[in-house]
Amino acid sequence: MYGDTSIQKPIEIAEPTSEEQARLEVIFQQKIDDNIKIEPQEWMPDAYRKTLVRQMSQHAHSEVIGMQPEGNWITRAPSLRRKVILLAKIQDEGGHGLYIYSSAETLGTSRAEMIEQLQTGKAKYSSIFNYPALSWADMGTIGWLVDGAAITNQVALSRCSYGPYSRAMIRICKEESFHQRQGYELLLTLSRGSDEQKELLQESVNRFWWPSLMMFGPNDSDSPHSAQSMKWKIKRKSNDQLRQEFVDATVPQADFLGITLPDPDLKWNEESGHYDYGEIDWEEFGNVIHGNGPCNKQRIANHIKAHEDGAWVREAAAAYAEKQQNKQVA
Amino acid sequence: MADLSKKDALVQYAAQIGDNGLIIGHRMSEWCFRAPTIEMEMALMNSALDLIGQARELYSYAATAQGEGKTEDDFAYLRDEQDFRNALLTEVPNGDWGDTIVRLFLMSVYNKLFFSALADSKDAELAAIGAKSLKEVTYHLRFSSEWMIRLGDGTSESHNRVQKSVDNLWVYTGELFTMTDAENLLLKDGISVDVAALKADWNQNIAQVFEQATLTVPADGWAQLGGKADGVHTEHFGYIIADMQYMQRRYPGCEW
Amino acid sequence: MTEEKEWPLWEVFIRSKAGLDHKHCGSVHASDAEMAMESARDVYTRRSEGISIWVVPSNAITASKPEDKESLFEPADDKIYRHPTFYDIPQGAGKM
Repeated sequence: MYGDTSIQKPIEIAEPTSEEQARLEVIFQQKIDDNIKIEPQEWMPDAYRKTLVRQMSQHAHSEVIGMQPEGNWITRAPSLRRKVILLAKIQDEGGHGLYIYSSAETLGTSRAEMIEQLQTGKAKYSSIFNYPALSWADMGTIGWLVDGAAITNQVALSRCSYGPYSRAMIRICKEESFHQRQGYELLLTLSRGSDEQKELLQESVNRFWWPSLMMFGPNDSDSPHSAQSMKWKIKRKSNDQLRQEFVDATVPQADFLGITLPDPDLKWNEESGHYDYGEIDWEEFGNVIHGNGPCNKQRIANHIKAHEDGAWVREAAAAYAEKQQNKQVA
Repeated sequence: MADLSKKDALVQYAAQIGDNGLIIGHRMSEWCFRAPTIEMEMALMNSALDLIGQARELYSYAATAQGEGKTEDDFAYLRDEQDFRNALLTEVPNGDWGDTIVRLFLMSVYNKLFFSALADSKDAELAAIGAKSLKEVTYHLRFSSEWMIRLGDGTSESHNRVQKSVDNLWVYTGELFTMTDAENLLLKDGISVDVAALKADWNQNIAQVFEQATLTVPADGWAQLGGKADGVHTEHFGYIIADMQYMQRRYPGCEW
Repeated sequence: MTEEKEWPLWEVFIRSKAGLDHKHCGSVHASDAEMAMESARDVYTRRSEGISIWVVPSNAITASKPEDKESLFEPADDKIYRHPTFYDIPQGAGKM
């Protein structure tokens, strides 16, 4: 009766007739419209499930791949205080990846499947992590701009219609507020330091500004899945809306740091009450997404290597557990 | 060395314990994005944070005891290779997961005995650091002991691999139980730990876990010494320092 | 090597402070209960969020089915006499 209803896998229901399907879809959309969260075992349209799995796995992969550029600097952090902050921050990213994988697994896709899709290139991750972290200042810029952009996105996602994803986002947002602050604090220290430190700061922001704006994805006019995602409340704000929020919040912070954002068209628009900014290089965006960023191959190669190097370890632990279980039975 | 002052001995002693934490913590932190699962990555990074945290407290105390206005970062970033007195076991490269677990296990058995004893130090600050660190290393010991058993009693491949790791690293364990001049001097006042006296318990704790892990304890033979007493390290150590101190050496005298 | 089987999934429940119930907060993959416990600790209590942890194999949990919601839960909706506010007590009777 209840035995087949583990929380690990979605329940199988008989293929509904098209009439039944239509009825279920109406009920489903009504729940969404009434802001009632959708929970794992409830009926949902296949496309909703697929969209969520795609988006959540991409989000989780971004957290995990995002550990690499920063991980590149742990051993070189210039003070012990900065070293432990950086370690704790990167560790959070691993944790956040896990929270999201864990939520995505409630939709019936295993982590192993998601990781395989990442490694074979079927699943994407945020293109920002295909840019290299070349200087210590990048540790600050990534916190300030990259995490800043991510938080803008995630705050919106914490109201997402899928319960487990929304709860994971709430937890992540709470934890990530330190990420942006530590980055900004790091940059502030550089801005008050020697000329060389100021150069490090400006040079780093020059490299990361545009890729950070790209993190919000294509313009609304070119974003194919957006309308449906908004209707399902998987997405709560459009790409361009979020990007504008980010720019508006960031420009005064840049002024405070005494740096120049590398966009000659950036200026306050009295009429709209927002900052205008220049055109994003969508060709570069497309290139990086399609595998031609500076670090795409390296990031995936590292991920595959860690996975393969760990195969004997995972196998050993599984074998040990099996032996113990057999002993208990005997 | 006959005229080593008590103050210098205390500074050396605190820094030397800190060196163990910093260097093994550095090695653990190198596992970032390289572990067999994300959960294991989280575990190693937690241990790294604990161990580097211990180093920070000990360096800060050494700096205070020294009274020359130095900070924890002077100890980590502005000393030369020969000034570091960590045990060689902490600095050898990570190798594979088995090597890393064996090193963490051997060190954690030692650390647990060491910090329990340090918690009784007559020096109140060291005693407090000992008591706090003891909780952390107790967890590292639990984590690494379980992994020793899983690998030792897992598949034949894992058994062979981890036995080989044990055999390779064993040569560095003898150094843990040698006494420096500073340790001998401070022992008279009940400040330092008599590490030579920890060896019997260490052997016993190791043997217990090895038995469950179906591993063979190597015979005590040649012990490689050098890091702890004289600052004579392995060839690997220079690279740790080059990496760690790069920023401070390239941009001297800056705030970060 | 043969096709690798993923370590099982464990659900994690955490008591955040004394006097409160354990609350579900996510899951981890682990080969055995000890590892699940430690991973739960390393993943879900990095900011002192817990003082006690339960880990349960996910497939050991039996969940009610969403389509049974009406028959399971709605019958309770009209039993309003189970709630204290159902009863009128004059003020003069004092606090109750």
